[in-house]
Amino acid sequence: MTIEMVIPVLAAAVQCGTPILYATLGEMLTERAGVLNLGVEGMMIIGTFTAFLALHLTGDPWIAVVVAALCGGALGLVHGIVCLVFQGNQVVSGLALTIFGVGLADYLGTPFVGTVTTGFTPFSLPVLGDIPVLGEVFFRHDALVNLSYVLPPLFWLFLARTRWGLALRATGEHPAAAAAAGINPVLVRWAALFAGGALVGIGGAYLSLAYTHLWTNNMTAGRGWIAVALVIFAFWRPGRAVLGAYLFGGVMAFQLRLQAMGASVPSSLLLMLPYALTIGVLLFSSARGKGRGAPAALGVNIEPKD
Amino acid sequence: MLGYRVVKRQEPLEWGSFFIFLLALAFSLSVSGLLLAIQGKPFAEGILILWRGGFGSFVALEDTLLKSIPIFLCSLGVAVAFRMQVWNIGAEGQFALGAVGATWAVMTFGGLPGWLLMPVMFLCAALAGAAWGLIPAVLRLRFGLNEIISTLMFNYIGILLLQYLVFGSWKDPTSFGFPMTPIFPDGAIIGRLFGRIHWGLVVCVGVAVLLGVFLRRTRLGFELLAGGENPRAARYARMPYDFLVLLVMGLCGALAGWAGCIETSATLNRLQPSIMVGYGYTAIVVAWLSRLRISSIAFFAFLLAGLRVGVENLQLDLQVPAAFGGIIEGLILLSVLAGQFFDSYALRRRGGDA
Repeated sequence: MTIEMVIPVLAAAVQCGTPILYATLGEMLTERAGVLNLGVEGMMIIGTFTAFLALHLTGDPWIAVVVAALCGGALGLVHGIVCLVFQGNQVVSGLALTIFGVGLADYLGTPFVGTVTTGFTPFSLPVLGDIPVLGEVFFRHDALVNLSYVLPPLFWLFLARTRWGLALRATGEHPAAAAAAGINPVLVRWAALFAGGALVGIGGAYLSLAYTHLWTNNMTAGRGWIAVALVIFAFWRPGRAVLGAYLFGGVMAFQLRLQAMGASVPSSLLLMLPYALTIGVLLFSSARGKGRGAPAALGVNIEPKD
Repeated sequence: MLGYRVVKRQEPLEWGSFFIFLLALAFSLSVSGLLLAIQGKPFAEGILILWRGGFGSFVALEDTLLKSIPIFLCSLGVAVAFRMQVWNIGAEGQFALGAVGATWAVMTFGGLPGWLLMPVMFLCAALAGAAWGLIPAVLRLRFGLNEIISTLMFNYIGILLLQYLVFGSWKDPTSFGFPMTPIFPDGAIIGRLFGRIHWGLVVCVGVAVLLGVFLRRTRLGFELLAGGENPRAARYARMPYDFLVLLVMGLCGALAGWAGCIETSATLNRLQPSIMVGYGYTAIVVAWLSRLRISSIAFFAFLLAGLRVGVENLQLDLQVPAAFGGIIEGLILLSVLAGQFFDSYALRRRGGDA
């Protein structure tokens, strides 16, 4: 392989990794507030479909992104109703949300299967796009990819340097202590569920707005679950999420490239790669420290006071 | 909350859970009906077709009973795992591996007489399914790997493995390119018991009785139930917690594997990708609703099987996609989860005495 062959694969890796990056950051935000939301796969596919539908109806990709974010956030709030108001089990509620979301997107989307749309198109960023190699890999993508570059640093700044970030972390580590410090932990969790769901929704939107420009069933294909795994891999820190997302993007891009070149490996075996890699990535992070960085109150509901 | 306050109940609400379930079912069906209305389909008629399709006639009940067999087998294992707080989402993949194991046995030992081939087929299905459950269990115990994600990934991998075999070396050369294995020999096809109901029903009853006796009458069964209530206490009481997790995951995999074996042999008579219709995910809903009462598992498996048959009818009559079933199942689970709040909490009017 020469450098000319590697660059397009790396560029494709960034593109394939972007929806996973959005979803991972979204789930990370929610989990840092102590809420485990396994509905990522469902929220993501709802984002994919609603973005497609909004684009199909309005023709404006930015409206589509906003719609997908609102719908993803709304599903996050459903998880909130079950777990924050009614004290439901977070694991089961998230699973139910995924079953519901996947079913809903499939049901509403069936009449539109195969419909092609426009959406975002790649463009070269001024100056940055002209850097040799790096420019080609990172700076000649669409607007949503460019937006995803500023998210992880912003995320980090928010968590580490703002009052609200502190309130979020306190709620995830020790809700009672947060409450004693004058924070309303339930309110923080509501906000985290909505904001996290919105990010996951945008991740889903990327698939129909920029990645494929069409709608078919089952477009997320487990990316939501990969995002859940990557939060663990990233030790709940945004920087490592970028690494993980592009690793998966790389494997997916590589697998597509092999299929396109007509490799003799059957496609079902190639399709296993990301799922097998998920197990591998989790093994790797557990070797570095079991459950390291997990918020202490993750998955634990805040009981109502008598 | 709006003039009311929340009080923890001393005793769980009697008959409450069933009442909650009925309310949740009504809520879920209403929302699903609204979704039908959104697409310009009749609300009331849709619900009626759904009901009649699943429970309204002898043929419907027969279909429902047939579908409840694999759901019941998958749910048993999942329910035991959930009770242990082992979040096994992997019944779907274990079902796929069971189907693969059974088919492998039939394609390898197809010449054996039926009385020998049938046990070999069930054994291979159980082993393959159990392996698919045990790997995530070992990964959890040895490396602390989150079993929710690993079992889910094993679902994807298992289904792709099934496709790889059926699209590849196991494909029937006379199938005109369709992805399916050759039809099983007579000795490997589970026969009919009465009507269209096959012997798989007897397998269900046998497994249910054995599991019931095991859970209630043996020390290990007691430890299983107790271990789930509080893993740390179980460890202090020197219960073999790790062994219990392995046992539960192996059992769950074997039972889901049998479900796959029975579906392949009795329903399709061959292996093809259409065997994967999501019974393993329905089993999660059933397991949570029934809380490890075997009679409840049977009841909810039958009910959700009926909803599945009803959705198939909706597909035919109103061209509603099969995904409609997922919407109903997800809604039922969400609303039951919310409703279970009232099992342990009560609302009291503010100011009154509790």
